[in-house]
Amino acid sequence: MAMLEVKNLSKSFGKLHVLKDISFNVEKGEVVAVIGPSGSGKSTMLRCINQLEKASGGTINVCGTDMITYNEKGRMIYANAKTLREIRLKTGLVFQNFNLFPHMSVLQNITEAPKVVLKMNRKVASEKAMELLKKMGLEMKADFFPSELSGGQQQRVSIARALALEPEILFFDEPTSALDPELTGEILKVIKHLAADGMTMVIVTHEMSFARDVADKVIFMEDGYIVEEGAPKQLFGESASDRVKQFLQRFNN
Amino acid sequence: MTSEQISTLFGLMLEYTVPTMKIFGFTLLYSIPLGMVVALLKMCKFKPVSWLTNVYILIMRGTPLLLQLIVAQYSVPYIIKSDICPDFLRNMLSGVDIRNESYTFNMMLFAFVLNYAAYFAEIFRGGIESIPKGQYEAAGALGFNKVQTFFRIILPQVVQGVLPASSNEIITLVKDTSLASAIPYMEIMYIAKKQVPTYASLLPLFMAGLFYFVFASLLTVLLSAVERCFTHTWKRNIKHIARRLFKRGNA
Repeated sequence: MAMLEVKNLSKSFGKLHVLKDISFNVEKGEVVAVIGPSGSGKSTMLRCINQLEKASGGTINVCGTDMITYNEKGRMIYANAKTLREIRLKTGLVFQNFNLFPHMSVLQNITEAPKVVLKMNRKVASEKAMELLKKMGLEMKADFFPSELSGGQQQRVSIARALALEPEILFFDEPTSALDPELTGEILKVIKHLAADGMTMVIVTHEMSFARDVADKVIFMEDGYIVEEGAPKQLFGESASDRVKQFLQRFNN
Repeated sequence: MTSEQISTLFGLMLEYTVPTMKIFGFTLLYSIPLGMVVALLKMCKFKPVSWLTNVYILIMRGTPLLLQLIVAQYSVPYIIKSDICPDFLRNMLSGVDIRNESYTFNMMLFAFVLNYAAYFAEIFRGGIESIPKGQYEAAGALGFNKVQTFFRIILPQVVQGVLPASSNEIITLVKDTSLASAIPYMEIMYIAKKQVPTYASLLPLFMAGLFYFVFASLLTVLLSAVERCFTHTWKRNIKHIARRLFKRGNA
């Protein structure tokens, strides 16, 4: 069963058509990297799947649950609030600029959602959060506040925060774009570990070598379309289309 | 002045700090919640509501508080007599007994609350609008609903953000209560002014000044302590103390 099925997804902001026709699947345990020039709609696509934007057309199915259906007249119908909430708990999102809650300690940042949303017992939530922090190598920082951490540490906390809800599929929206090269390495290492653990992930990234090494599938987007989709070997190899080659040229040199 | 006179005077002044505190307390009690409502109304997406709120804020901030206090105090009989007064308002106001003792205080409080709510509203609006969109999005992505997002994520940050500006308003209010003496309402400023010719001395004014100074200073200390509660160190300390107490309780 596909963890994520996106079919003919489109999104417009007024007259601006950001997503025109996006279709792709993500299988369980698969790591998908989404690459492409700025303004190609990569982030908007993630935001539609994570319900931060309403799609204008097409369908999205997460773990077998339809987010969007159509009635017999062809009118788009979003699932009811309860279903959308269920879908939301199956997906996790890591932002480019972390968006940690600055008024909460690192531990609280991670325990808040399990406590409030899943009604998890405080002690259980804390123990779980500490486990996640240990995984991220940040167990010493539990009582710190986000502003006291480096960018890389903040991003690792935000990954732990997303993992605390045990999502089926984790999305990353340019997780390293706000970080310097050294800190970028930290985050990529964490993502690699998650991939090794079998986590299903969709990663929008500008880190080409990372996409090539870690992803099972690479999607190249431009101008609201998927230009090419395939194994890293294919996209980063000789058989890629001219446009992809042109885009990757600067990276290869 | 004999020391006996001074102590009598001091007792009198002390007695009239109570009405001053009453104005202060009630104004805060009503204007802060009202200010929150006004801030939300101003941010309302339905434009006419936002515009009307803007007009209200503009008038309240654009005219002197003293004028507002006097208008509130004396306008009711004129409104009732006016030709353009709608019937429902006339019916409502004709039930008001302007000779009633509480009338003076209520109308004064009305003006104070409306005035301060306008200032608080602008502070709160600034506080809410300063929260980055990403905070709402992060909360949404984690499955918080709108109410949970507001109360657990947004509001605590807004409170922390608006504290310094609000403290400023609160301390200004201490001294603005003295405008009530012009209505006239018998509070400390009114009494002090009245005692000057009686004692042929500036001491009453000095005592009133001292009262405002002490009151404002105490508030300054209190409010900065409240601000400190929001610092990381303090939050951490409280957590450690709580943890230690809890452990001792178990043992």
